[in-house]
Amino acid sequence: MSDIRNEAEAKQNATPKPPLDPHLKALENEAIHIFREVAAEFERPVMLYSIGKDSSVLLHLARKAFYPGRVPFPLLHVNTGWKFAEMIAFRDNIVKEYDLDLIEHINPRGAAENVTPFTHGSALYTDIMKTESLRQALDAGKYDAAFGGARRDEEASRAKERIYSFRTPDHRWDPRNQRPELWNIYNGMIRQGESVRAFPLSNWTEVDIWRYIQAEDIPIVPLYFAKKRPFVERDGMMIMAEDPRLELLPGEVRQEGVIRFRTLGCFPLTGAIRSNATTLDDIIAELETATVSERQGRAIDRDQSGSMEKKKREGYF
Amino acid sequence: MTVSATATAEVLPIEAPAAEQARAIRDSRPLRLITCGSVDDGKSTLIGRLLWDTKAVKEDQAATLHRDSGKQNDLGLPDFALLLDGLQAEREQGITIDVAYRYFSTDRRSFIVADTPGHEQYTRNMATGASTADLAVLLVDARAGILEQTRRHATIASLMGIRQFVLAVNKIDLTNYERARFLEIVHDFKEFALTLGVTQITAIPMSALKGENVVYDGRASMPWYDGPTLVETLEKATTRSNQTVGFRLPVQRVSRPGESFRGYQGTVAGGSVKPGDSVVVLPSGMVANVTKIVTFDLVRNAAVAGDAITLVLDRQVDVSRGDMIVAIDSQPMTGRGFDAQIVALQPEGIEPGKRYWLKSGSRRQRVLIEPVSQLDLKTSKWSTAERLGMNAIGKVHLAFDEQAIFDTYEQNRTTGAFILIDPDTNNTVAGGMITGRRSELGGIHKDDQRVLLSLPADLAEKIMASELFASRRQDVDIRHTTAGRAAEILGDLDE
Ligand SMILES: Nc1nc2c(ncn2[C@@H]2O[C@H](COP(=O)(O)OP(=O)(O)O)[C@@H](O)[C@H]2O)c(=O)[nH]1
Ligand SMILES: [Mg+2]
Repeated sequence: MSDIRNEAEAKQNATPKPPLDPHLKALENEAIHIFREVAAEFERPVMLYSIGKDSSVLLHLARKAFYPGRVPFPLLHVNTGWKFAEMIAFRDNIVKEYDLDLIEHINPRGAAENVTPFTHGSALYTDIMKTESLRQALDAGKYDAAFGGARRDEEASRAKERIYSFRTPDHRWDPRNQRPELWNIYNGMIRQGESVRAFPLSNWTEVDIWRYIQAEDIPIVPLYFAKKRPFVERDGMMIMAEDPRLELLPGEVRQEGVIRFRTLGCFPLTGAIRSNATTLDDIIAELETATVSERQGRAIDRDQSGSMEKKKREGYF
Repeated sequence: MTVSATATAEVLPIEAPAAEQARAIRDSRPLRLITCGSVDDGKSTLIGRLLWDTKAVKEDQAATLHRDSGKQNDLGLPDFALLLDGLQAEREQGITIDVAYRYFSTDRRSFIVADTPGHEQYTRNMATGASTADLAVLLVDARAGILEQTRRHATIASLMGIRQFVLAVNKIDLTNYERARFLEIVHDFKEFALTLGVTQITAIPMSALKGENVVYDGRASMPWYDGPTLVETLEKATTRSNQTVGFRLPVQRVSRPGESFRGYQGTVAGGSVKPGDSVVVLPSGMVANVTKIVTFDLVRNAAVAGDAITLVLDRQVDVSRGDMIVAIDSQPMTGRGFDAQIVALQPEGIEPGKRYWLKSGSRRQRVLIEPVSQLDLKTSKWSTAERLGMNAIGKVHLAFDEQAIFDTYEQNRTTGAFILIDPDTNNTVAGGMITGRRSELGGIHKDDQRVLLSLPADLAEKIMASELFASRRQDVDIRHTTAGRAAEILGDLDE
């Protein structure tokens, strides 16, 4: 995996791995418990895999949970066609290296109607290429449980969500009527057509994710590390300018600078940050003094307070 | 120092070097706590204030908060509760509906805090938060004092095994920081807490809104109080674990990646285990020895409560999901009748004679609930009850079709806990805590006439679902087995 791992990090990890500290160990144990419970109770689980850092951690935990067996469910990547090229390369590498079953889904309507983030605006684009697409993929696979890497510290409506988040046959979430979820006893009883979204990383924070990636030496997409990259400034965000489909608008200029990404999604909607963090230590240090939340770089979350809840009610992850 | 009225999200320089600070935080598991108490006593505001003063609120979130706060209160402070009340319905109505989990840390420790709703209607969400908490912060409005809802929450928290309480006498700013009023409320609460058996109480006069005695002390306005702030109290609180009791492994799944490997996967729910230990598989009672504890990283030489492991035994025994592997010299209770306390969580309440699903650990089985008594929150007395309504706290008998396996909740917060699921709606309708095993099956006398029937499982299931059967459940003995074994047993009787 040397080609997808940051070099500085590879050096850093030459020494044998010390045991996890109690804080990370507790989070890991909880996540593994959830993985095993869902795999045992549901007929057709699937794991949403978005290639980002949270997905990387989620995948690592799944491999740990079922070791020495194989991960007993497929990974589902809801692709939009607008991901960073490095993300797709990374994904294909991981799937091969870890012997995983990957299902990729792109909303055919999006392709047919030429839905792009530029022509349709971020809200409608996300609705069609992510929310609708996810529903299509889950219906097609008749999945009754879908693992996701969402964390409660990401956003105020996520903070309210159960670890087993119940969904109606049309994938709706009813935040006012969630099942009580006591202790670590999860209620997995559903009727035909209903499903749950299961969130093993519910209680992790962003810093926990990075510290775990470091402690466990988990490969991540190199875009998280600072490097000189081309970008343009648009709507107050630095948008990566390497994909030929990105057309410069009047007044925009292609620039170069040392930047990195705190979250990864569709490149036209994901803003970079200026940073010199080239190692995991740097990233963690940067995070511990960060003054803005990670969601800030995402166009789709900035529409209004409560926009995430609305999307989730409609079936967004 | 008190927080000034011009609180902003600016990041203050960190006092300890980052690396050192991080190390201190991670030396222990996070402390899990809940805020509870009646509506409007300031629970959400308090957690919002905690997040704010521990710098867990980032600039963009602060900007959103300022924008959403609209017209601010007289003090010019934002509405901190909006950091917690994240659902649209909550923001519209200005109340908390469901529990929110938030994360923050000081330079000593990290915390997971559950903000729970005060309305009686949403008690189920409060119970959800309480079930995993190590400590409860019980809020009281200094002007209103102890209310019925305060008692309900204190009672549920204590039933669910919380032993550490902080009594936060909030909105003290609205009583002119009056010491006498504070002492009066503390006295009232301590008297009530005695009936619950709760003795670890730290009482703190507080203004959640102004941030007095939350993270920063309130000496400027309350020179008469020289006790700890809320955060100081939280930093010293203890987390609980099941490490000192007997080994328990509820089996979640059996891992059989190939012919040569068979491992039992689950999370250790009590005690510890190491290779060479003798264990018993329940309910079958088969004995084996542990040969290996397998994890992804390495083969381990021990595992303790909380660890998610894969256990390998030295011989072929029949183990499946829902079974429990336990220490041979310290076994849990097994039987078909148990006593428990439950909290009814849904509008339909708990109906006598109805067959619910009970889930505990990885084990799910049918159970008949017989309510015995209900707690009257006004008088703190138990009175007989035939059914339990929504939010009722009751004592019940549990009658199982098959062997059940439990510890008391007192001894083990994992193997003594269960939920009830309504088979008609699939919803979780109660949370329960085992208090003991029922010694004798009611009604069975040695010389009474009995009939042994051997039935196909599906037919037996139908008969057991009938009203008549349910009403006499206590008189019946049931075992599941194979047709061959049943024929053998009946054959034995004929001889
Ligand atoms: N003056 C004053 N008002 C407070 C204090 N704590 C909360 N409040 C106000 O009391 C109201 C209810 O607070 P909230 O946190 O929503 O209560 P909850 O229902 O317990 O979550 C809000 O208007 C708060 O601003 C306090 O310490 N002093
Ligand atoms: Mg509230």
